[in-house]
Amino acid sequence: MSAHPVVTGLGVAAPTGLGADEHWAATLAGRGAIGPITAFDAGRYPSALAGEVNGFDAREHLPGRLLPQTDRMTRLALAAAAWAIDDARLRPAEMPEFGMGVVTAGAFGGFEFGQRELEALWKRGPEHVSAYQSFAWFYAVNTGQISIRHGMRGPSGVVVTEQAGGLDAFAMARRQIRRGTPIMVTGGMDSSLCPWGWIAQLANGRVSRSADPRRAYLPFDEAACGYVPGEGGALLVLEDAAAAADRGATVYGAVAGYGATFDPHPRSGRPPGLRRAAETALRDAGLDPGDVDLVLADGAGVPELDRVEAEAITGLFGRGGVPVSVPKTMTGRLYSGGAALDVATALLALRDQRIPPTVNVGRPRAGHGLDLVVDRPREAHLSNVLVLARGLGGFNAALVVRR
Amino acid sequence: MPELTITDLRRIMQECAGQDESTDMDGGSLHSSFETLGYDSLALLEASSVIERSYGIKLPDDTVLDAQMTPGELLALVNTALTARTP
Repeated sequence: MSAHPVVTGLGVAAPTGLGADEHWAATLAGRGAIGPITAFDAGRYPSALAGEVNGFDAREHLPGRLLPQTDRMTRLALAAAAWAIDDARLRPAEMPEFGMGVVTAGAFGGFEFGQRELEALWKRGPEHVSAYQSFAWFYAVNTGQISIRHGMRGPSGVVVTEQAGGLDAFAMARRQIRRGTPIMVTGGMDSSLCPWGWIAQLANGRVSRSADPRRAYLPFDEAACGYVPGEGGALLVLEDAAAAADRGATVYGAVAGYGATFDPHPRSGRPPGLRRAAETALRDAGLDPGDVDLVLADGAGVPELDRVEAEAITGLFGRGGVPVSVPKTMTGRLYSGGAALDVATALLALRDQRIPPTVNVGRPRAGHGLDLVVDRPREAHLSNVLVLARGLGGFNAALVVRR
Repeated sequence: MPELTITDLRRIMQECAGQDESTDMDGGSLHSSFETLGYDSLALLEASSVIERSYGIKLPDDTVLDAQMTPGELLALVNTALTARTP
């Protein structure tokens, strides 16, 4: 087997910032980006906080032709993909087009665009619905638009496993690299902060009803009361290690291991699958638990789910056996974008040898037995980071990134 | 009698399919295909739907969806339909 595929480019569009540098600076500073929703009037809903991407004017980042046919999530994805490609110093126009592919994760699709066209349909009639609705709403559209824009005609796809998708996409991209496509753009991006998208998110019953941005999303805390949704994510360039070395690319780290499981029925009496996913990822990476220097947790923020994750972590690593952090306390949960952003964050942590903090968690539940890194970054020797993610409905995924 | 001019069409195309510095319809592009000008079949579908709504005419889908068509041909098609409609 060849060496593990490596990440050579980062593209971030998140509540913490536009671009990896902005995101990383805000993350190390512990600057929370959760606040009252400004994208629409959320006053009549039981929850009105979100992690929004601020200051993104699509006209500054995309050609005019792409504006009428794209939802906000696709605009963010196109911008982030372009940043990742630039960061990797790739010139797709000069590369073999079938040697580059795209795999993204998408949980919702273009809800804002879709809602606008539904409004046109019922207010004004079918002839007023945009022809671009045919694909702009689709949860696979980010893959398609990135592929078209950069002429990446190799194997491509989309995974739909909610929050776990951000890791599952890396696994699918890695598979394509192993099968001979040297360059893959991969990650996840979601944005559905509009009434239609908001209702869909509130329907799962896990969204926090707190109105206090500092108290609404507290994973592993005594006061955990659900999660705050957000928008954004990350797209990265994943590359065959030999191909990256041949062109002298700068390498952030390698995707060394992956595991995914599906939870049994809640009343089956069988244990949840998160720990098995993590064990599988470690085995795949050829690592023992003692080799892992940091866990970026899923951090559901729902007491029962926090307990399940804490048990999975302490079961593998022992009580207090490994530093754990949930930087998504600054952004909220970004669905497909969340775990992909965690992968980017993990790679930046490896680069700078600093563990990003968990914010707002003032009273970690003692029973969890987690060594939670809170409030400020922690210097540490980091070689291997385990990223965990769970998607609503029973999806578990774990990814190991290595320096 | 209403008539669709190249200026009207340029505005409609920009509204429907956005504007790029790279390609812009002007008088000189009357005889280049929409595809050459950077417009795909969906852009044409969107534009023809706006033209139909604004001018109260019906254009045959298969003709309009041909990206090999030129702005000049589309203008002729629309203006023929407008003439036919005028008593």
